Amino acid sequence: MDSVLLLAVLFLVAGVIAVPIATRLGLGSVLGYLIAGIALSPLLRQLHVDVVSIQHFAEFGVVMMLFLVGLELEPRMLWSMRNRLLGLGGLQVLVTAAIMAFIAMLLGQPWSVALTVGMILSLSSTAIVLQTLNEKGLMQSDGGQSGFSVLLFQDIAVIPMLAFIPLLALPELAAMHGVGSGEGHASLSLVGQLDGWQQALVTVGAIGLVVGGGSYLTRPVFRFIAVARLRELFTAFALLLVVGIALLMLLVGLSPALGTFLAGVVLANSEYRHELESDIDPFKGLLLGLFFITVGAAIRFDLLYANLGEVMALTAGLIAVKVAVLYVLGRAFGVGGADRWLFALGLAQAGEFGFVLLSFTVANSVIPVALADQLFLVVTLSMLLTPLLFILYDQAIAPRFAVTQAREGDRIEEQGSVIVAGHGRFGGIINRILLAAGFKTVVLDYRSDQLEVLRAFGVKVYFGDAMRPDLLHAAGIDEAKLLVIAIDERQSATELVRYVTGNYPHVHVVVRAVDRHHVYELWAAGARDIIRETFDSSLRAGRSALEALGVHPYDAERQVRGFVQNDREQMLELASVFDPSIPAHENPAYVEKTKKYMQRYEEVMRGQSAAFGSRLDRGWVPPTLEDIEAERAAAEAAQRGGGSAPGS
Amino acid sequence: MRQSVRLRGMAGLIVYYAHPGHKYSHVNRHMARAAANLPGITFVDLYRDYPRFDIDVSREQHRLLAHDVILFQFPLFWYSTPSLLKEWQDLVLEHGFAYGAGGDRLAGKVMMLAVSGGGPEDAYTLQGYQQYPLRTFLTPLEQTARLCRMCFPAPYVLYASLKAPAAGLVEPHVNGYRRLLEAIRDDRYDFERAERLDVVRFDDLPIREEP
Repeated sequence: MDSVLLLAVLFLVAGVIAVPIATRLGLGSVLGYLIAGIALSPLLRQLHVDVVSIQHFAEFGVVMMLFLVGLELEPRMLWSMRNRLLGLGGLQVLVTAAIMAFIAMLLGQPWSVALTVGMILSLSSTAIVLQTLNEKGLMQSDGGQSGFSVLLFQDIAVIPMLAFIPLLALPELAAMHGVGSGEGHASLSLVGQLDGWQQALVTVGAIGLVVGGGSYLTRPVFRFIAVARLRELFTAFALLLVVGIALLMLLVGLSPALGTFLAGVVLANSEYRHELESDIDPFKGLLLGLFFITVGAAIRFDLLYANLGEVMALTAGLIAVKVAVLYVLGRAFGVGGADRWLFALGLAQAGEFGFVLLSFTVANSVIPVALADQLFLVVTLSMLLTPLLFILYDQAIAPRFAVTQAREGDRIEEQGSVIVAGHGRFGGIINRILLAAGFKTVVLDYRSDQLEVLRAFGVKVYFGDAMRPDLLHAAGIDEAKLLVIAIDERQSATELVRYVTGNYPHVHVVVRAVDRHHVYELWAAGARDIIRETFDSSLRAGRSALEALGVHPYDAERQVRGFVQNDREQMLELASVFDPSIPAHENPAYVEKTKKYMQRYEEVMRGQSAAFGSRLDRGWVPPTLEDIEAERAAAEAAQRGGGSAPGS
Repeated sequence: MRQSVRLRGMAGLIVYYAHPGHKYSHVNRHMARAAANLPGITFVDLYRDYPRFDIDVSREQHRLLAHDVILFQFPLFWYSTPSLLKEWQDLVLEHGFAYGAGGDRLAGKVMMLAVSGGGPEDAYTLQGYQQYPLRTFLTPLEQTARLCRMCFPAPYVLYASLKAPAAGLVEPHVNGYRRLLEAIRDDRYDFERAERLDVVRFDDLPIREEP
């Protein structure tokens, strides 16, 4: 227990110190974690910590990341990127693996070792690249999307590689190892003893379970959990979902990353998407951070110093070949300008699956341990250099293309999205108006019975409490243009206004107020677009009353408009003196102003002052008889001095 | 007495743009954008300021007092202004403010129009299908200006506005509009000559080189 706490403190301290420094220096969080790991490594060695086993544990962050990536991808989107996925991704793996294998043979390796090395080095680091692209906001760019397609293909390609590599075992190594049965996941596998067709059946069944369960089972389970209204239960269930699927995949011999990715895609259309996203995200971040720290900590500097020149040369060669292949493929698939460089430089490293495959190959006696240790260094070093390649892109390449990019950006006017919090009688109407006008909305509500009904009618709503900052973030508050707060609880609405106006000043907030005092509270919290929920209907009722009493409909309309004008001016003045920290009746300025308005109201009622609508009637008050006389004289004077009429 | 306009120094210019079908506009939309982007003048999109026709009379009168040249830009609808601009006239040009006893607050200012009409130029003749010259349809506005003792120079006109995009006339008309507004702003517009003209077009603007 003590040692676990000690380790936790060590890792957390290293991360908390190194990452902010790295980010401030523009190096990105990944390099920060790697440096933290390097700094920790002597200490860890002193404590005899098994860094590699921690790394295996932390690899679960990659699984979670792919689940989150899947959540962002609807099946339709996945289908639409099939060309890049298979074409670009497939060619990248094939061509890179072939060239790498060729080079390895030139360096004197036997063909089976060369082929394995080629496969290992053809993979890139999903963890580093996706994390960095997201941080830099480049995920949606053409280069980011192409990179994502390739990474996704690589993650899938790992599965056949794991199946293929044991066939390349070297007899002499196997003899040395004795029985070649060190496969990491073998102890868990259920399918090891089955025939090929049975294995296939089990595999299809497991995938069917993930797809079917994701589509039909999660909803009732979520509804069941929602009844308890405990936030941690959602987190627990979200974790259970991801861990459970990963376990199932391991049992049937599939990649956990692929399985959770699939589950993510299945759930991408679900109303619980944003909830799941915000629940899993912190775990993913922590585990990935841990993973990068262990990568840094596992660098064997003794080995590095012994073969410095060789390792450096191999790493440089690896990066150069990968950049060249990616650049040429990017060109062939129409990735243009700065995006092509982003794509080529971003994916130039070897990846975490390289580590997995390396330990797997050693265990299966495919490549000798000494070579594996050296390759381990090459893979690590290439990952360590990736942030530097991104910096190269940012500093040297992106600015050169900045002019053309900016012009293209102008043409595509990105429509900021709208978040509607609360989809009841109030928010529902707002949402319908926005949708009818062609705006994209994300609707959040936490009454899951209501969600069922709305979903049935095809309204896109998500489960979740808008009061949670992480959920707002998942719903896209960073890029949102507008937030509509239409929730019933007045206190919650006020807090939400305070949070959003304080942290996201670029977001316009339209908020529903319960009554007059709520308006003042919201005003004090920073809202400026406040709508009283019953005000407009009361006005219409008042107008109907006037009409029923025989007032001409147009006069009634103007009377009501005058009332609105007057009321708004009054509210604005009172809001400026309202102080939410003291009750209204103990606020002297507020009491003073209210008294003044009440007095004026009484004057109006007794007919001592012009009515509310007076200002609006001005245009229709006819001149007096004297006025008409004066006007005639003035007009005649103007005509006398006028000369010839202009125009012809 | 007819005022002859001699605007000294910066002539405060306010452009009132009125077009309810803003997003379907072929020409006025572009003219409005040019005016809105021009520094040193005031631009008002009337339908944006008063989407519910709830015109603030005091605010509008203050705007008028703060400027010397009031320019209305609108498409001709049924030989008149779009309805909001008519509502604006009915409310803002108050008795005792713009005309009548004590109503001399606008005297000496300029009221100018920038109008586009759907019909071709030859339709606006005694023989054409519109039966009258364009200026005849604008006489209510002209006399409004006279009653307010304002100067009324020739309007800036585009005929056959619906065919303007195909004829390649949008760009020259918009550019001409920008030059016209700049000239007024910089006191280079020859109002005296403009008053003697019937209409002005982008190719015959009475602009002086120097103020």
